[in-house]
Amino acid sequence: MPDATGYSELDALLPRLAPLGSLDAGQLEQEHVVLLGRKGGALTALARSVAALPAEERKSFGAAVNSLKQRFEAAFAARAAVLDVERQSRETAGIDLTMPGRRRWTGAPHPVTRVIDEILGLFGELGFAVALGPEVETEWYNFLALNFPADHPAMDMHDTFYLAAPPADEVPGGGRLLLRTHTSPVQIRTLLASAPPVRVVTPGMVYRNDPFDASHAPAFAQIEGLAVDEGISFVDLKATLAHFARRFFTGTTAVRFRPSFFPFTEPSAEMDVACQLCGGSGCAACKGTGWVEILGCGMVHPQVLANAGLDAERYTGFAFGMGPHRIAMQRYGLPDIRLLYEGDMRFLSRYAP
Amino acid sequence: MNVSRRWLEAFLRRPLDARDAAGRLAMLGAPVDAIEALHADLGGIVVALVEEVRPHPQADKLRLCVVNDGGAERRQVVCGAPNVTAGRRYPFAPVGSRVPHGRDGQPMAIVRAKLRGELSEGMLCSARELGLGQDAAGLWELDTDAAPGTALIDAVPIADERLIVDVTPNRPDLLCHKGIARELGAAYGVPFRLPEIPGAGSIDVPPARRLAAGKTATTVAGVRVAIDDVEGCPRLLGAVVRGVTVGPSPEWLRRRLESVGARSINNVVDATNCILLELNQPMHAYDLACLRGGAVVARRGRSGERLTTLDGVERGVTDQMTVIADGDGAIGIAGVMGGADSEVHADTRDLFLECAVFDPSRIRRTGRALGLSTDASYRFERGIDRWGGADALRRCIELVLAIAGGTLAEPPVDLWPQPTHPPRIFLRLERVARLLGVALPLHAVEKALVAIGATVVAKPEDGRIAVDVPGWRPDLVAEIDLIEEVARVHGYDQFPSELRPYRVGTLPDAPLHGAMRDVREGLVALGLLEASTLPLGPAVGPGSVALQNPLSAEEGYLRQRLLPGLVRQVERNWAVRTGDVRLFEIGTVFAAGAPGARPIERTHVAAVVTGLRAPAHWSDTHSAAFDVWDIKALAERVAALAIPGATIQVAASALELCTADGTVVGSAGPLAADAPPWSTPLFGLEMVLDPGSRLPAPFRLLPATPSSERVLALLLPEGTRVGQVESVVRAAGAPLLESVDVTSDYRGADLPAGARSVAFRLSFRAPARTLEAAEVDAAERRVLAALHERLGIERRGAPLDTAPAAGPTTAGGD
Repeated sequence: MPDATGYSELDALLPRLAPLGSLDAGQLEQEHVVLLGRKGGALTALARSVAALPAEERKSFGAAVNSLKQRFEAAFAARAAVLDVERQSRETAGIDLTMPGRRRWTGAPHPVTRVIDEILGLFGELGFAVALGPEVETEWYNFLALNFPADHPAMDMHDTFYLAAPPADEVPGGGRLLLRTHTSPVQIRTLLASAPPVRVVTPGMVYRNDPFDASHAPAFAQIEGLAVDEGISFVDLKATLAHFARRFFTGTTAVRFRPSFFPFTEPSAEMDVACQLCGGSGCAACKGTGWVEILGCGMVHPQVLANAGLDAERYTGFAFGMGPHRIAMQRYGLPDIRLLYEGDMRFLSRYAP
Repeated sequence: MNVSRRWLEAFLRRPLDARDAAGRLAMLGAPVDAIEALHADLGGIVVALVEEVRPHPQADKLRLCVVNDGGAERRQVVCGAPNVTAGRRYPFAPVGSRVPHGRDGQPMAIVRAKLRGELSEGMLCSARELGLGQDAAGLWELDTDAAPGTALIDAVPIADERLIVDVTPNRPDLLCHKGIARELGAAYGVPFRLPEIPGAGSIDVPPARRLAAGKTATTVAGVRVAIDDVEGCPRLLGAVVRGVTVGPSPEWLRRRLESVGARSINNVVDATNCILLELNQPMHAYDLACLRGGAVVARRGRSGERLTTLDGVERGVTDQMTVIADGDGAIGIAGVMGGADSEVHADTRDLFLECAVFDPSRIRRTGRALGLSTDASYRFERGIDRWGGADALRRCIELVLAIAGGTLAEPPVDLWPQPTHPPRIFLRLERVARLLGVALPLHAVEKALVAIGATVVAKPEDGRIAVDVPGWRPDLVAEIDLIEEVARVHGYDQFPSELRPYRVGTLPDAPLHGAMRDVREGLVALGLLEASTLPLGPAVGPGSVALQNPLSAEEGYLRQRLLPGLVRQVERNWAVRTGDVRLFEIGTVFAAGAPGARPIERTHVAAVVTGLRAPAHWSDTHSAAFDVWDIKALAERVAALAIPGATIQVAASALELCTADGTVVGSAGPLAADAPPWSTPLFGLEMVLDPGSRLPAPFRLLPATPSSERVLALLLPEGTRVGQVESVVRAAGAPLLESVDVTSDYRGADLPAGARSVAFRLSFRAPARTLEAAEVDAAERRVLAALHERLGIERRGAPLDTAPAAGPTTAGGD
């Protein structure tokens, strides 16, 4: 007989192994009691008898009993699992499973939050930490430290909300209090607070005195990025941001940098990516150019580094800024920015993860 | 800035493709927002040859013309224009085409018609009917040999495209055709020069007479010219032209102005506007006869001084503004707008031409004070070429003499009390390489600088080159500005995009960012949707922070709380019949700080819930709406995430969240709202989000011993709260008591008046051993004794059976 144990009292039980595979639940239970029951199970009794054997027999007989016991236990478990599946399918056979299931409410982060988190995650991979700053700022942090000349049309690029409160005397640089028009003041705060190497991304709300319409909101999110260290160049700026764009969009997305103007960076650039809708051939979404503007960037202006107390000959850096609201509108094809501020359950629940 | 493709072609002497030019400009930093095809509405108009003109048999003023429009058949056209002549070519609108400015100035479809009994198949057009001028006296006689049937826009030079260029504030030089042509010349590698002025070939204007440094007054042709405000007007040029004939501008000039959207006024004014659009130098022409006292003076305004500007508005000036004055008073607001009294008009014979440089920030402040922005002020406040005025005035005089006649009385005068040179900047090639990441050779750097009009005056010595920047680039003041120009003209796309080694930052993430993420994830897991409200709203109490320049009174303050915005969003959901609303927001709120200090900013989290607790299912016997117990649990969960260590206290009618030291940091409870009758109650919570770091939860051994549970049904007299009972139970049950849960709350007639029966499940455990029944009994007796002693509470009826030891254990919650 195959699998013979060499002990007749054990081999006598072997023929009972195979039939287990065809027993029903009741028979299986009964057989379990007969063979493995705590009281009176044949194998249980044999196992107990081991202790009474002379030492020289105990070891080999004990091993044989255990091995057989394990084989039976495995066979019982396998048969029980099969029976369980059969029982479940019998139980559901009479049910109309086309009826709706019992749902739970599903939560979701805001679509703009999803965009922000994704962007922060990608820059996190590139060694950027998250920094935050206040939304009420002084003119010094928001404009002057960032090299906006006083009384210059560059200020017209930012329609600013000023607070009715009297000017702050805070040092450095008081001036009127305002709602920050960009997250760039966090550049200054970060550089004043910590020595290079600095690599941070700073998400947050910014404010512009624009009427609330389909494409403008008086408050919206922005993400600023800043890298300052020795030896950072325009090549690093291009490579870092192009890498980001290919991770955020697709690995083959074409990217271009074209000159632009921001008072706090020089050289300044806009980064465009190939229009994700038409692939670059030109459509209404990209005004026929094939390109969509994603972010503004540039090398940190030496005067900004100096304003933050750094040696601009020693340190260089790059900075960038982008608008998650606008990116969310492009990504989800939203026709109106106000959808993002209405709290409409029907709209928000579409962005459940 | 609007530029005309055709005007640029006149600078570059080569044809341009508007789309290609727009692409080049974008890559040089001046993106083109739109390209508008001009006269696209003339697509159906063709050149026609009038072969024969006969009288109309029924009408004296009409003629019958035989017209060759290039087709096989000749057309008969009835024409009322007096100048129609056989053998000449005219614009012709065939049957089926449209004339852009028909009667009433509206587009008119041309149909086959009978005029006084004669068939007319089409229309011969005047320039005005085609939207190309004001001349409606007769047909537009074309000066062309084009074959009949040729499209009009191909036969005469009117086809054009308007490029709307987005010019950044640092580039005033791009606010004129010359500047854009310079950029395109660099892009295409071709030279550019000023277009010829038709009819100016023989005119020779002498150079201006420059006064010595320090001189602030002179005369030209009997007119006193002076600068009293050198700060506001550093340079003033003037010329007197006598004997002009004011009238319509020639066709080419009108078309140029119209091609960029400017209106033709008269030949003299058009000449000054042409110089503005061509060279970025604002000019002004005065009627010399209207200048009182024969003087033109740039001086500070005087308080109380008033004048009527060209737009017909009477304006007051201040001593913070620079004005142009004659012998009697202000005749123009310097750099912003001229006065109506000295305006050039049809009878003007003699002119004074002013060409000045005004201080940018003076003009900016003046324009803001007057609420006025003009083509001139827009350019002055960005900075014009201080050194270019003499050439601009000379060209303006040439233009005036060519198109309005007259003679230049004397050489122009040039007052420049404190003359300067454009700055010289030193550029280190090593710095270029360090900033741009690529070592550009000297010739590439030089090539870029020459392309923008700079002069490299000295070759490298100790590794740096001296560069004289052109006068039209006031933005170039430091080495970094030249480095940008080198990168820009070299082409940003020429630089490699390779990730090079870098040092990672040393800062940790802001703790608040992690806290916001944890709270957000917690609320999302509970089925709430994140919303976003505008942080601006109406005032709520004295702590509100007011804006100085709000969009509206309704949005004149910074929010102090998030909940009002969320409640409005709930109402909006109700309005679209969404009854199940679960929203939260994490955002900044503001409260007035101490006087003179900045407002206090805090991050709050708020949530609102209404409607069904879970989506309705067909198997439900009834669907439960959110109630106060949901908001209490929600508040406990959010508090655990937002404010580690916070506790919930029951205030009069609401729930208050307190920190360990008792400071109230939030609340939760029912909310008032403009609710429709079918809605279910609305609940909300709002609390401060602690910006500090969170410590990770320390590990505690998981229990390896079984717990023992007891259920106590206690009779609570009126006024006794479960919270009081619980704290007594916990104190008395320690240290074996692990958790206390409420399992039921019963009121009924079988109980004493006002009393209720509340069942508590107590769970006891010893960490290292299995509890003996006697120990649990003893603990239970201690609890009951304490309740009796402290609160006068007894068990209801007989003691209940001990719950089975293998019953469900509770996790967390305490």
